Formats: sequence, C-alpha cells, structure tokens
Amino acid sequence: MAAIPIEVGLVIAGALFCIGLVGVLVRRNVIFILLSIEIMLNACGLAFVLAGSYWRQPDGQAMYFFILTMAAAEVAVGLSLVLQVYHHFGSLDANMVNRMRG
Amino acid sequence: MLGLLWLVPALPLAGFAVLAIGGGRLPRRIVSAVAVGSVGLSTILATLVSVRHFWLAPKGGVYSQTLWQWMRLGDFVPTVTFSLDALSLTMVLVITIVSLLIHIYSTAFMVPEEGYSRFFAYMNLFVGSMLILVLADNLLLLYLGWEGVGLCSYLLIGFWYKDPDNVRAAMKAFWVTRIGDTAFAVGIFLLFTSLGTLQIQPILREVAGYPVGSALCNAAAALLLVGAVAKSAQLPLQTWLPDAMAGPTPVSALIHAATMVTAGVYLIARMHMLFLRAPTVLFIVAIIGAATLLLASCSAIVQNDIKRILAYSTISQIGYMFLALGVGAWAAAIYHFLTHAFFKSALFLGAGIVIKTLGGEHDIFKMGGLYRRLPVTFGAFLLAALTLAAVPPLTLTFNSKDLILNQVWLSERGGDVLWLLGVVGALLTEIYTFRIVFVVFFGPGQGKPGARPSLWMVVPFAVLSLVGGLVGVPELLNLLFGMKGFYLYLQSAMHGPVRDFGFAGGELLFQGIYVAVSVAGIGLTYFLYCHAPERVRSLVSTPAGSILHQLLFAGWGFDRLYRTVIVGPYVRLARLNRGDFVDIFYVAVAQVSRVVSFILSLMVTGNVRWYVAWIVIGAVIVLGLVVIL
Repeated sequence: MAAIPIEVGLVIAGALFCIGLVGVLVRRNVIFILLSIEIMLNACGLAFVLAGSYWRQPDGQAMYFFILTMAAAEVAVGLSLVLQVYHHFGSLDANMVNRMRG
Repeated sequence: MLGLLWLVPALPLAGFAVLAIGGGRLPRRIVSAVAVGSVGLSTILATLVSVRHFWLAPKGGVYSQTLWQWMRLGDFVPTVTFSLDALSLTMVLVITIVSLLIHIYSTAFMVPEEGYSRFFAYMNLFVGSMLILVLADNLLLLYLGWEGVGLCSYLLIGFWYKDPDNVRAAMKAFWVTRIGDTAFAVGIFLLFTSLGTLQIQPILREVAGYPVGSALCNAAAALLLVGAVAKSAQLPLQTWLPDAMAGPTPVSALIHAATMVTAGVYLIARMHMLFLRAPTVLFIVAIIGAATLLLASCSAIVQNDIKRILAYSTISQIGYMFLALGVGAWAAAIYHFLTHAFFKSALFLGAGIVIKTLGGEHDIFKMGGLYRRLPVTFGAFLLAALTLAAVPPLTLTFNSKDLILNQVWLSERGGDVLWLLGVVGALLTEIYTFRIVFVVFFGPGQGKPGARPSLWMVVPFAVLSLVGGLVGVPELLNLLFGMKGFYLYLQSAMHGPVRDFGFAGGELLFQGIYVAVSVAGIGLTYFLYCHAPERVRSLVSTPAGSILHQLLFAGWGFDRLYRTVIVGPYVRLARLNRGDFVDIFYVAVAQVSRVVSFILSLMVTGNVRWYVAWIVIGAVIVLGLVVIL
C-alpha cells in the first residue's frame, strides 16, 4: 500500500472540518447541525490517526476511540435534546430556540 | 477637707448625668433642684476647700489629688489629677459662685422655654468641664476640659436650634475656636515629643532649662497662644463672640463673659514660665491685647443690640487681660479676670432682665426711661457699669484695670505707647458702658410694658453686682494699709516682679489720671446721649461718619474679610469638586465596564449558530496569536 503523504491527509481533514463548521453555521435544522458536528468530530479523528501513523505511535488511534465514544454519547444526548426541542417548539429550526437571548 | 476637692467638678457632672438621662421625664421643679443643688453643693465645697487652702496652705502652695490612672501607654501614664494652687483656687471660686448665681437666675429666666432640662444639663456639663479645665494637673486633662467647654458653648449658642441663624452662629463659634483648638493640640504634641511629659509643673521646670527664645519655647508658646486667642475671642479670631449672643442670656453671661472666654487667659497664666522663655511671643500677646481692646471697644460704641455691646465689651476687657499677660503682669491679668467675671456677668443678667421685661427687645434705642419702672435692676446695673468704668468713690472695685495699666507703664516689656493705648481704651470703655446706661434707663424711647421681672432673677443679679462692687475691698485695704490682697496672693503663685513707681505718690498720681479719664468719659457720654443726642446723629450722617459707623458696626469688617478670603474660595473649591476629583478614576472604571458589558450583551442573541461563530472566531484569533508569537 503506497503511503499517502501526511499533507494530503491533513488537507482532507481540514477540508472536512471546514465543511462541518460551515454546516453548523449555515444550517438551521437542528438535525443537520448535529450531523455537521459529527463531520467535524470525524475530521478531528482523521487528523489524530494521520498524526499517529506519521509518528508511528498508537496514541492517535487510541485517541480516535475516545472521540468515537464521546461522539456516541453526544449523539445520544443531542438526539434526546432534539426530540425535546421538537416537542416543545413544534419545529426543528435552531433560530426558534432563542429564548435564552441575553 | 482638701480631700473633697474631687467633688467640686464631680457634682456638676453628676447633675449633668441625672439631667441627661432622666431630664425629659422629671418635673421642672426637680430639674431646677438637681441643677442648682449640684452647683450649689459644689460651690459650698469649693469655698470650704479654698478657705482651708488659703489659711493652711500646703507645702509649696500646691495641693494635688490623684484620682486614678487614666491610661497606660508604655512610659506615658497620664493620671486624672487635680491640683489646687492660688491661680486655680481663684478660678474655681469665681466659676462656682458665678455659676451658682446664674443657675438660680436661669430657673426663672428659662421658665417659658422648651427644653428646660436640656438647658440645665448643658449648663451643668459646662460647669463640670470648666472646673476640670482649671483644676487639671496635666495638659491632657486640661484639653479634655477645654474641649468640653467648647462643646457646651456650641450646644448652648444653638439652644434655640429651630432658628437657622442660631445654628449658624453656633457652628461659627465652633469652627473658629476649632482653629485654636487644633493649634493647641499641636502645641501639646510638640511639648510631649520634646519633653516627654504632659504634667504642667514638670514641663515648666524643664522649660526653665532652655535658653530664652529657643525654637522649642517659641513654637510651643506660639501654638498655645493661637489656642488662647481663639478661645478668648481675641484678634484675629474674635468674630465668633458677637454672634454667640444668639444663645440665651444666662449662657452669654456665664460662658461668653465670665468663664469660658477667659480660658485663654488662664492657659497663658498657667504656662507663664514657658511664655517667659519666648519673649517674642509674649510681645505678640501684648500687641494682640492692645489692638483687640481698642478695636472691640470702638465697635461696642456703635452697636444697637444691648447684648452685642456687651459682647464687644467682653472682647475688649479680655484684651486688657492679654495686655497684662503680655507685659508679664500675670497676677494683674487674673485679678482683672476676677472682677470682670462678676461685673460683666452682672451686666448680662441685667440686660437679660431688661430684654425680658420689654418682651424680647434687644435694641437699646427702643428701650428708655426704665430707671423708674425697674429701680432695683437699674441700681444693680449702674453699680456693675460703674465697676466696669472704675469710678472709685462709687464702687469699691476700681483698680483691676488700673493695676494692669500701672504694670504696662512700669514693665520693661510694656512702655508708654501701650499704656497710652490702654488709657484710650479705658476712655472708650466709659463711653460704651454709659451709653447703655443713659440710653436704656434715661433715654426717650418707650418700650412696651411687660411683666415685672421675677425675684429669682433680680436677686442673683443684684448679688452678682454687689459682689462685683465689693470684691476689690481687699485690694483697697492693700492700697491704704498695705494688707495682703488678692493681687499679692495671686503673685505668690505666679512670681512676677513687684514693680513700684520710683517716687512717692506715683500710685496716687496714676490713679488720679485713670479717675480723670473715667469721669471725663462719663461726662462726655452724658453730654452726647442725654444732652445733645442730635450731635451724634449729625456726626453719623456726614459721609465720613457714616462710613466709619458702617465699618465699626460690622466689627471692622472682619466677617466680610473672612467670607471673601477664606469661606468664599473654599466654598467655590468645594463646589468645583462636587464630582470629587479622586472619584473620577473610579467612576471611569465603572463607566467603561458598563459600556463593555452593553457591547458584550449584544452578542447574547440566543442564536446558537452565532455562538458557534463567536467561538470559532475566538479560536482562530487565539490560534493565530499562538502561531504568530
């Protein structure tokens, strides 16, 4: 297997992160925001794995497991919040949920 | 017998405590009994102690009684100690006797007033503080009494506090005397840091070891002098005393004529060893005395308010005492204090009776013809006036002022210029004194008739006046038969040189001059106010005369001067600083944080996606900084 240069991998990770970030910023639907956050998390995981393989260290992969676990927990909490928001506001528009405006 | 000394100041203070705690609930009869009784007992004890002290003088002429240790601060252990010598004995006797008579007078005078018990509580506190002042054996205790009498003066000037003018007069008196109190306190600190003690006798002994005119002596004497000048209403801090007449008349008689205002004289006499080491300061004392007695007696001549005339007269008479102190005639000053306390408080009490009878009339030109309606008052007032004017055959107390003038002439510190000023002052004294007598009792003005004065007022007044007229008898015996009078007795405590005219009959010659001046003054006043009052009016109506009248009437414009030079700029400065310069910084901090908080609160829109955007921007900035730095 030909080694992919680290720069390419990092650019892909950065691009994924930016896609996710833009998704968080522009999407109004809460489900899509959650999805975009997942993309950002995976971009981070990719960067970790790449760095781990570059330095020949297992830490990067171990770190990815942590991120995976954390992402699962986050999705569980996030989806239950999404359900609550839907029940409460009858909508999934994040702009409707602005009751906490200072 | 001497051991009872502590009761003399303690009894009035106990009276104060009773009246202050239970005064409002006690019936008036009991309030009077407590007030007069405590001062009366104190007077009896003071008399007994004095007689014992006078006939069987303790060793060194000083009896001292230590009550307790006040505090202990390392080596500094001030005690509450009273000491009695010829000087404090004279003061104690005068204070208690005059206070007793004025207390009795006040029980009738204050009857229609609210705050009857408050008045007597303050009066008792005053008597107690004044006695502490004159009996104190160390400067700290003396200062306690000094502040106590100042406080009572303030409270009693503002006794009728519902009138803002009275409150203003009280505050003025307090502030002006505060200048002196501050200087006095600094002087005490200076003496303590240099000599390490506050006991008066050790201080005087230590000071005797310093060279004449040394820096310490000059500075300490000058600071004590400022204190004395403010308390005794001398130039240039005399402005509070005429306004202090806003208080009830018995207060004017007791505090602002007989006792408190002479505290400055007492202080200088008590510390005279210190002042002898500072001849420059002593010379300033004489100059202040001479200037004050002339300026104040000029102002007294043109006033219309009977109490203001007497107030200026008091300033002027204390000026004589300062003149005497300035030439080193300590005993003469205290002897004049003694006679002045009696005749001046008598004059005030007489004025109070006249004012009361005419329903609160203060203007002497609206009185008049009272010698028929108030014959006893007239007689007693005339006797007191004659004592003030010092006319020998008619009053037996005539030589207190003359003794001062003799000493001024004879002393190497005095001289003929000061003597001449003193004699001119004496002439002015006759004029303003008999101006009151002639205008009030013989004048054409007709006051509206009022109630006859109560005997409780007339009798103490007559007694004071009589005592004032007779208190000079021992001195007379001294003059005629060479017996020991007050003057020589006082001199035993305050050793001054006994000066004598170098030639036979000198005493009589000078006495003749003074009597001639007195008679001339009275004659001139009679001519001007009884015979030809239109001449006075035409004199005042000329342009120069009216300007001079205005100037004198306003007390030489000192009030105006102080208002424009000190009070005005200070008030302007205070107004300028209403926002408080120091606060500007802190106010700015508060303003900036409020603005920043407003800007930040704009970010809190409740829109989650904006929050994310802020976080991203922040993270980018932080990362950028990390990368760049």
